[in-house]
Amino acid sequence: MRMLRTAMAGWLGVYAVVYVGFLYLPVLLLPIFSVNDSAVPVFPLKGLTTKWYDSLAGNDVMLSAAWNSLVVGCASAVLATVLGICAARAITRYRFTGQRPMSALIMAPLVLPEIIIAVSLLLVMLQLGLGLSLVTVVLGHVLICLPYAMTVLISGFEGFDNAYEEASLDLGETAFGTLRRVTLPMMAPAIISSLLVSFTISLDEFMVAFFLSGSDPTLPIYIWGQLRFASRLPAILALGTLMLAASLVLLTVAEILRRRAARRTDADGGLIA
Amino acid sequence: MTAASEASVAAETPSGGRHALLRSDRAKGLALISPTFVYTLIFLLAPIVVVVVHSFWTQTYLTIDRTFTLENYKTALTEPIYRDLLVRSLYISLTVSVATALFAYPIAYYISFYGAQRKSLWLFLITIPFWTGYLLRVMAWKVILGYNGVLNEALMGLGITSQPVSELLYSTNAVIITLIHAWAVFAVLPIFVSLEKVDRTLIEAATDLGDGAVRRFLRITLPLSMPGVIGAILIVMIPTVGDYVTPKLVGGTEGVMIANAIEAQFGRAQNWPLGAALSVTTMIVVSLMAGACVLLLRGLVRLVR
Repeated sequence: MRMLRTAMAGWLGVYAVVYVGFLYLPVLLLPIFSVNDSAVPVFPLKGLTTKWYDSLAGNDVMLSAAWNSLVVGCASAVLATVLGICAARAITRYRFTGQRPMSALIMAPLVLPEIIIAVSLLLVMLQLGLGLSLVTVVLGHVLICLPYAMTVLISGFEGFDNAYEEASLDLGETAFGTLRRVTLPMMAPAIISSLLVSFTISLDEFMVAFFLSGSDPTLPIYIWGQLRFASRLPAILALGTLMLAASLVLLTVAEILRRRAARRTDADGGLIA
Repeated sequence: MTAASEASVAAETPSGGRHALLRSDRAKGLALISPTFVYTLIFLLAPIVVVVVHSFWTQTYLTIDRTFTLENYKTALTEPIYRDLLVRSLYISLTVSVATALFAYPIAYYISFYGAQRKSLWLFLITIPFWTGYLLRVMAWKVILGYNGVLNEALMGLGITSQPVSELLYSTNAVIITLIHAWAVFAVLPIFVSLEKVDRTLIEAATDLGDGAVRRFLRITLPLSMPGVIGAILIVMIPTVGDYVTPKLVGGTEGVMIANAIEAQFGRAQNWPLGAALSVTTMIVVSLMAGACVLLLRGLVRLVR
């Protein structure tokens, strides 16, 4: 019996390692070929070079796309997080009628094909005669970021003990003072984590930006345009590697903060300890 | 009882009337969620309604004829191109969702039952590749599956084939492999969550009562983790049916999916109502397929148990 169990654990362990390998292998190819001294991404590697990265620095079209992505990412992250805070707080703190259908609608983009979101927003914008711009991209990105922001925020808010707020009010702090000095500091890690996650999603999002960006491309749209030219692939791989690194750093920070938030709001007096 | 609850209500609402309503939890909750809810109403629900309405209209050159018609749906369902694309999209999303769930179950099981102290590390490791940008991952698969790609080089290097296999890229299978990779996390997480909820004492009880490992798994762990499996299948199936990037980059002509046709209607073909009808049809059909899968899986579990 025991032997069967350990054998099981062994095989599953092997499977787990192979599975994680399968997940990482394609992703690791980007950085590998981005420093390979060859115009085609083929093994064997030809030698180390940074020329693909150097070529990015002087690329004005790419830099303006990067700037667009930065602006869209910041705007989407802030909007999605502010809206997420409202909804997450409402859901974790209060019980009210219509709570389930309302949160279901807010979470819906998670299970909707992105093309449906993109196409429906596009249709409305065109019908209203509104031009496509980075603003329309932000509107769409907020929808896509919201479910993720909500997940992070709800997990951060869930263990929040209202006694702290009540104590603050009882001790004579105003409602605003309580919000600023008690509620927000306790929720700060979850909020920052939500900002980072939303920014990362917006940075990488393609479909909505593809339909709604008009003449201002974001980075993924720029990459999409470049994919048609085989000769530009190594530079795109270098750009992809940089984006990958950025996502990785942002998400690691977000994860650390989320865990800290979860610990801090633990009911067992985590705040004092 | 009633007296007590009345008393407590009275205590909570000293000033009564409108003020009391504003102070009640219900009103506070509604007020707090309303900005977010209104945002999704305006930018998600209303636009989807607009799409549905459009699907009943007709495009006449540059203007839209607003008389009610089912012509677009007729085209969407009977025109061979669209029917084939729809069937292929459904086939791909079904295969991908079932395969991702199957591949994800053992790893979710391993993390939940044998992960011990390293559970969150495992989960973090699995989530990272998902954050690398969808477009970039599809691009990476293009590099792997290409004619001179990594996989062909490897196959030739190992002596399995003498010349590159050209069918790797630009095929339905290429789309399926890429999507299985891209959506892996979405299957692992829900299954893991539901496995975590499986009461371990039930398994111990079954062991004490003489059930073997297989029987224990089939009668306790699997049925109790079924909500996670169903969640995984749904969360992969519905979005993948409308995938645009993967078929475009690695699918070739054989791997084209319905989203590519939808995009064409909103782009070059300039037939918004038909594009709208294709979108609505896809959503309805995939919802039906998802519903059927849920029923089937629930039935299977009942049978096994």
